[in-house]
Amino acid sequence: MSTDLVIYQEEYKTLEDVLRRLRVDSNARAIFLIDKNGQQIAAAGEIDQFDTTSLASLTAGNVAATDGLAKLIGEREFSVLFHEGQQDHIHISIVGKRAILLVIFDDRSSLGLVRLRVKRASGEMEAVFEQMANRATEAEAAASSASPFAEITDEDIDALFSE
Amino acid sequence: MTFINYANKEINCKIVYYGPGLGGKTTNLQYIYDKTALESKGKMISLATEADRTLFFDFLPLDLGKVRGFTTRFHLYTVPGQVFYDASRKLILKGVDGVVFVADSQEARMDANVESIRNLEENLEEHGFDLRKIPYALQFNKRDLPGVVPLDQMYRMLNYKREPTFEAVATTGVGVFDTLRAVAKLILKDLRQSATG
Repeated sequence: MSTDLVIYQEEYKTLEDVLRRLRVDSNARAIFLIDKNGQQIAAAGEIDQFDTTSLASLTAGNVAATDGLAKLIGEREFSVLFHEGQQDHIHISIVGKRAILLVIFDDRSSLGLVRLRVKRASGEMEAVFEQMANRATEAEAAASSASPFAEITDEDIDALFSE
Repeated sequence: MTFINYANKEINCKIVYYGPGLGGKTTNLQYIYDKTALESKGKMISLATEADRTLFFDFLPLDLGKVRGFTTRFHLYTVPGQVFYDASRKLILKGVDGVVFVADSQEARMDANVESIRNLEENLEEHGFDLRKIPYALQFNKRDLPGVVPLDQMYRMLNYKREPTFEAVATTGVGVFDTLRAVAKLILKDLRQSATG
């Protein structure tokens, strides 16, 4: 079973910084980092313009379907997807096997520029993911006794559903 | 796979509604969507055919409130029930935290129910999950139809591990929230379990 994805303040900030820089460097409208299971990890840019939850879920569905297609023809994965619209375009790439980077851009940028900048930023993000994975293993070894969820009571859970 | 974000103080969990075609999975989600306050829900997405059969999935994000200062967010998905959409069904189970099985109470659908549970077991296994361990609730839907199979008989056929089981009429909402609540509780208890090691 895959382990839970746990992200702390510091990693979150680093990822957000990378996204923000990538947005400026690539002249993109918005950038989203999404977990492969469809949950948004971080974002930068004109995020208020979009339904970010739907965007994350559909992007993950899209990547999952494309992964399925790749396997059908004997490929391991298609690591980059590109959707071309009339004004806005979407560049989707896989980062560190676990996450999806979604770049929304218009004609103020170009596919070439986005590809180039995404490549560089991906390396930086992969390093953060690696750090997260290492920490997860360490935490497991330390029995993760500090988790706030260890103290959830039945009453807490019932309270959630009392209305 | 629960996603815990300490920066935003959020817990994100994924619940998948599974079951045979035309059993009422989408209707469950639709009812939950209709009855949930605007501020607690996101947009419901249905990737359906022109005939309104689920093609890929339905998706509904829900906020259930706070536990220990963390906002609990549940992402509800359905799978396409028709047998030949197995490839899509498999994809949706990726990273699932809990499953609701929506069984059709009509006599003619009993074989389809049984086959679908077996298919769920197999597809979970491919993702490294075990139906015996994963948070799971069972729903007997369409109890309002005439001539449905008696409860005890359905239970004998479909019960997997003494999971919480509910009678439902998804079109009018009977049993819908009870089922959701049961699986959500199991997920949070699971989370506590894994935190205490």
